[in-house]
Amino acid sequence: MAALIKGETGDWELVIGLEVHAQVVSEAKLFSSAATAFGAAPNSQVSLVDAAMPGMLPVINQECVRQAVKTGLGINAKINRLSVFDRKNYFYPDLPQGYQISQFLQPVVGEGVLTIVLPDGEKSIGIERLHLEQDAGKSLHDQHPRKSYIDLNRSGVALMEIVSRPDLRSAAEAAAYVRKLRSILRYLGTCDGNMQEGSLRCDANVSVRKPGAELGTRCEIKNLNSIRFMQMAINHEARRQIEVIEGGGKIDQQTRLYDANRDETRSMRSKEDAHDYRYFPDPDLLPLILTEDYIADIAAELPELPDAKQARFIAEYGLSEEDASQLVEERETAAYYETVAEGRDKKLAANWLLSELFGALNKVGKGLAESPVSAKFLGGLIALISDGTISGRIAKDVFAEMFEHGRDADSIVEAKGLRQVSDAGAITDLIEAVIAANQDKVVEFKSGKDKLFGFFVGQVMQQSQGKANPQLVNQVLREKLNA
Amino acid sequence: MSLDKATVSNIAHLARIKVDDDQLETMVGELNNILSWIEQLNEVDTEGVAPLASVTGHPLPLRADGIADGGYPERVLLNAPDRVADFYSVPKVVE
Repeated sequence: MAALIKGETGDWELVIGLEVHAQVVSEAKLFSSAATAFGAAPNSQVSLVDAAMPGMLPVINQECVRQAVKTGLGINAKINRLSVFDRKNYFYPDLPQGYQISQFLQPVVGEGVLTIVLPDGEKSIGIERLHLEQDAGKSLHDQHPRKSYIDLNRSGVALMEIVSRPDLRSAAEAAAYVRKLRSILRYLGTCDGNMQEGSLRCDANVSVRKPGAELGTRCEIKNLNSIRFMQMAINHEARRQIEVIEGGGKIDQQTRLYDANRDETRSMRSKEDAHDYRYFPDPDLLPLILTEDYIADIAAELPELPDAKQARFIAEYGLSEEDASQLVEERETAAYYETVAEGRDKKLAANWLLSELFGALNKVGKGLAESPVSAKFLGGLIALISDGTISGRIAKDVFAEMFEHGRDADSIVEAKGLRQVSDAGAITDLIEAVIAANQDKVVEFKSGKDKLFGFFVGQVMQQSQGKANPQLVNQVLREKLNA
Repeated sequence: MSLDKATVSNIAHLARIKVDDDQLETMVGELNNILSWIEQLNEVDTEGVAPLASVTGHPLPLRADGIADGGYPERVLLNAPDRVADFYSVPKVVE
């Protein structure tokens, strides 16, 4: 879906590569034993290593390495048996070391691939590398007119930088890529994917070219912290570049910032003073060497990932591709669904979860985690529908009651006497009463006004307060009217 | 390899070391001396030899994932020249 952009001189193709920074799920930081939890009091989760006090030495956290390898395996990537930590040198107040420990020439994870689903089919997006690095501290610029405040709690927290190939051709593809990557990270439990808290941030490298031409000069848009803003920023930047080129100018390689309030990007720094990071291997750290056994152990622990789960839902449960893909995007949704569907009608379970429950949750602005209806209770409701205890119509009322009061379906059906009437005798009585009360309509029906059949069904259902088994009503009513 | 004045001036800037113009010439000479000394290494044939990252042969020491440090903002901020509450404060930096 290479959505071409119309310019004055013809069509333009958009070329995007993404760098995603994913915070590693770990108790402690990458090279120190200070905590990583979000939202702590300023500078309360800082060790003397993180504050770069003289003489402090970094010692790597084995869990962070494990998480990076796990992520690499989850994106079908090559795990490098030997990798090296380098210093990336630059000065900034929230970087007390004066360098970031990162991996430059020999990252822990090499090339991989991720499949995204687009309206016109699947597309494979190349992943160039994944490396481990330290996060910087946080600068607060809005607390004082002339000063910035620095909180080092985030300083030294482990990040995975995941770099894609420039294989993305539209903002929509970039969004699908980030959503898919986020989903995989969350399934693996290696990053919580929370973009609001900054656990997942992304930089977009954007350039434009005439279709099939050489790559254009790119600009990097930094620190995009929502998928929506990322799409807006990419589209804006593409239009800006096309205007510059068509106006006879040329693109300077720049780092730009996106301002969501104004929907524009502006230059942060240009190539002239581009950072010269002077990478070199960190003399405080030895190379990281991984054995085949270690990698195989992690591979054996990988959970079922979204693509495999989706394929299983389609093949074994007979779900549609659309339903299956919706169910698997979030690990929690898939788990909820599997509980509901356990031993129940799989399609019915999918329908109820995707339409009724999500519909109701949307209305009150809640997520699945805060659902008043537990997976077990929703499963109970599905069972009552499947075994004919209640009709689909009554089930909606029962569901509304469950949603409001958090009760289980059985007790609501019992307390309100909502069991479906499937007793042929009782239904025949009801039908005879309706026919007796509407003799004029019976005559019309018999003279060919077939549409009146619906009227009789409605009357019977109303008389039974919706409890009559609709199939049985249809059957008996047809017999009586055609008698 | 030989450095000129502009390169040395840029290196000084990247390292945030103030070097006055009248010192630059001396600095260029000194750095070039060091570089030419190091360049003797180029005489060694390293064809097919993997880069050596460590001579000790020790593996990278690993640490278990657990919280055992931090929780002392007082110590962290002890040397802060301009502390505000529990923050460092610095002249405003906005890009």
